[in-house]
Amino acid sequence: MSFVYGQTGREVPFLQKLREINWLLILTVTAISLIGIAMLYSTSTTPVGPAGEPATRGSFDPWASRQLIRFGFGLVVLLAIGLVDIRLWMKLAYPAYGVALILLLAVEFYGVTGMGAQRWVELPVVGITLQPSEIMKIAMVLALARYIHGLGDGDISHLKSLAPAVVIIILPAVLVLRQPDLGTALLLLAGGFIILFLAGLSWRILGGVGVLGVVGAIIGWQFLQDYQKQRVLTFLDPESDPLGTGYHILQAKIAMGSGGVFGKGYLQGTQSQLNFLPEKHTDFIFTMLSEELGLMGGLFLLVLYLMILARGTSIALSSRNHFGRLVAMGVMATFLLYIVINTAMVMGLVPVVGVPLPLVSYGGTAMMTILFGLGLVMSVHIHRDIEIPVTSAGFW
Amino acid sequence: MKFDIRDSARYEQFSRRTAIMGFGTASIFAGLASRMYFLQVIEGEQYRQMADDNRVNRRMVAPLRGRIFDRFGVELASNTQNLQVMLIAEDTNDINETLEDIAAVVPLSASRRQRIAREIKRKRKFVPVMIAENLTWEQFARINVRAPDLPGIVANIGDVRHYPFEGRLAHVLGYVARVSERDLQENDDPLLQLPGFRIGKSGLEKSLDLELRGSTGTSHVEVNAYGRVIRELDRKEGDAGRDLVLTLDMGLQNFIYDRLEGKSAAVVVMDVKNGDLLGLAATPAFDPNDFTRGLSQAKWDKLRTDDMDPLVNKTIAGQFAPGSTFKIISALAGLESGQIDPDHTVYCGGKMRLGNREFHCWKRHGHGAMNLRNAIKNSCNVYFFEMAKRLGISDYAEMGKRFGIGELHDIGIPGAREGLMPTGNWKQAFRDEAWVKGDTLNTSIGQGFLLVTPLHQAVMTARLASGGFAVKPRLIKSLGEMASELEAPESMGLTKKWVDLVREGMIAVVNEPGGTAFGKKLRGKGLSMAGKTGTVQVRRITREERAAGVTKNEDLPWRRRDHGWFVGFGPTEAPRYAISVLVEHGGGGSAAAAPIGRDVMREVLLRDPSSRPAYSPSLEASLASGPRSGREA
Repeated sequence: MSFVYGQTGREVPFLQKLREINWLLILTVTAISLIGIAMLYSTSTTPVGPAGEPATRGSFDPWASRQLIRFGFGLVVLLAIGLVDIRLWMKLAYPAYGVALILLLAVEFYGVTGMGAQRWVELPVVGITLQPSEIMKIAMVLALARYIHGLGDGDISHLKSLAPAVVIIILPAVLVLRQPDLGTALLLLAGGFIILFLAGLSWRILGGVGVLGVVGAIIGWQFLQDYQKQRVLTFLDPESDPLGTGYHILQAKIAMGSGGVFGKGYLQGTQSQLNFLPEKHTDFIFTMLSEELGLMGGLFLLVLYLMILARGTSIALSSRNHFGRLVAMGVMATFLLYIVINTAMVMGLVPVVGVPLPLVSYGGTAMMTILFGLGLVMSVHIHRDIEIPVTSAGFW
Repeated sequence: MKFDIRDSARYEQFSRRTAIMGFGTASIFAGLASRMYFLQVIEGEQYRQMADDNRVNRRMVAPLRGRIFDRFGVELASNTQNLQVMLIAEDTNDINETLEDIAAVVPLSASRRQRIAREIKRKRKFVPVMIAENLTWEQFARINVRAPDLPGIVANIGDVRHYPFEGRLAHVLGYVARVSERDLQENDDPLLQLPGFRIGKSGLEKSLDLELRGSTGTSHVEVNAYGRVIRELDRKEGDAGRDLVLTLDMGLQNFIYDRLEGKSAAVVVMDVKNGDLLGLAATPAFDPNDFTRGLSQAKWDKLRTDDMDPLVNKTIAGQFAPGSTFKIISALAGLESGQIDPDHTVYCGGKMRLGNREFHCWKRHGHGAMNLRNAIKNSCNVYFFEMAKRLGISDYAEMGKRFGIGELHDIGIPGAREGLMPTGNWKQAFRDEAWVKGDTLNTSIGQGFLLVTPLHQAVMTARLASGGFAVKPRLIKSLGEMASELEAPESMGLTKKWVDLVREGMIAVVNEPGGTAFGKKLRGKGLSMAGKTGTVQVRRITREERAAGVTKNEDLPWRRRDHGWFVGFGPTEAPRYAISVLVEHGGGGSAAAAPIGRDVMREVLLRDPSSRPAYSPSLEASLASGPRSGREA
């Protein structure tokens, strides 16, 4: 059955939605998550005690089991979100953005401090702890997509059109930076910028932003926290401080490099099993994978990621509504940024910033964000033939 | 992709930009892949090395220290089990409670507890901390029985140096003790860094420390990031230190120590033919085991301030004037000079004048007419004074040198002194005074500037007893597979007739009525001894005192009493053993030293150690089965 040009008001029947589910996407996501869970299983190693009790290499406790439950739950969420009509998501775009913004402000005033930064907020009634910056990653994509969709044939490069989009990006980025969370702030800025790029921002402005970015980086340096400056400096010369801040990078490189082509074998990574590798269950899990499974394992994971990116891109390109295209690509951009920043970081290519490896690193919030985003991509896919008039893009 | 679309302009721009982003993504992924290739393939080997450096720790395995035996294979220094209790802080439920439980078995003093607490604080939680060492079997067993209820307590069997004969070899063997900060600076052997490692601090343990120590074994262990050992990867035992065999006869040594009980004295027993030292005793001594375990301040202070100097090895480091024992050398100096006719007699009236000074014989009213033989037998000073008038100091010095006076006899124990054979030049250089005839007279009877150790005396006696061969003393029989070389002693170029004459004089000293050591004669088949006594004045005897009668030694405070010497050899017909005896502040040689000399010589002759088969370590080694394993610290 094919859709005819101009079916604006059409609803997709539920059964057809089920049939339209992109199983390849789900399969790839599941494969990556299972690799992550396998690595988390390998992470949980207890060393030999002084009395010579045997080592237990690998355990579902405490990480793999929880991650598995979260993934199961997240997969359901993904499907649920995918089945919701894309137009509803568009309607919810601004309110979601607004709520996320309010939550970010709440962090500013009532936030729970954790690990030296205020990133969490406790919802007064429900008693759930939330990380509003994660919600904002999705909300900003939705809001930007909706805004650009509403521009119709209008040129995004005009100041009048561009200014609101920039505000949508800058506002949350500044709030997140104040937590302080440089990594997420940069992710938001970069993600927003990619969406503007895809929306057709003129090359002249893109160049200008590039120059501005360099100048901004120089000025912004002054406003960085000491630990952030230290991270950058250590990144530039990790061996200068092998036992201090450079330790993470150095040990990560040793772990990855010593893995060689085929790795030391599952559960056999000395750097990770003997705890030389820091944060191996979260940000540095890719190094552990590279140590135990080698270059082949690492490349296999990257190929799986590329499959998701390619799938997401083709979904975007097959959508008849601009909102859907931008949402799909916006989520893909965020996904890509996660992957690139995390892997480049553990390979010593960029400074250490707290960015997890999507679907693999241990952590509920990040996984939910990614699966929620992929749910939106699924929704774009299922509702790809629905056209949405530009006029309906006004404020709700 | 081509499909009907209302906003085709926007779509086309979007798809162009998406394509650009696709290219970007592809190149970024290519960049990541090449970085991975670079790290894991091109630099992989280097990182593999670094990963191994991270996880593999080289640990030292302490070698067993070489043992020390006497000539018959009696173990003089051994490695014994050291029963220890250690505590691993992280495994205990409650450190204080656990210590209480241990204290119920092994008493722990308040200061010990403080030290333990400090060490627990300083070390990482999984590193064992020593609670107590050298437990008795009973204590060790009780702790082992309770071990299941005492998590974190480790009962361990290490090893520690043990000297079974305690003080009786303290001055020969010395001792091992904990490594000091200074040792660490002076010595870069990584073994010294091992906790609880001990090195030689005095005696042979010090001078042969490297040979006895052996070489480090290594074990490679896998450790985690916190340094905890996960498993041992491989282990290479070190080579145990080399075993040392001494020339000593421990049975004789025991006898000597029993005989010297309570005296500040020294005895050296030497084989006349090959220089083997069979006994080497200095009293009082100290227990080297105290030093190995760790000496208390009180004990140390007591040793240090003791009047009798228990820390000094008097056999090689105690320097005294030889007294009349030097008359052996004087006699030969005179005879060999050709200016002395041994049958010529000198009248001894108890004293002799030289210029305006009076030189006294020890016998107040004199010996009467004396020839050389009787002068030795009676130890007549006046005879030797007369001789000294005709000779120069160089005659004495030359003969003294031939007998090893003023020479360092290195037997391997650090701290040996060379004594002093004075000459005119020496006096000019060190005292800035000209040599005068009176000095020669004093030297001729073994007083004045002369200094010798008991070892010098034994060597001198052995050289005479051997019939004029420059015997060298030897304490180390073999070290590991290496036996110390035995070279035939060179002739000293003495006239046999004169040597025999002096020996005859010495036989008379012991065996003829009137001899200064008569009554110390040995009775029994094959038992005979010759000797010479000597008495060294510690104080000056004034003219007034001499007139009133010299105060008896018994009436003087210990520090002002005379030193007594006795040197001797036996059997008289075919001399095999030489001995020297010094009794510090013990009174005259006849009364204090000669009786000891007689008893020791009787024992030596009865034991006759030189003619019994000696211990051969290589034979022993071939009989012993299995390698000696080391200890890991």
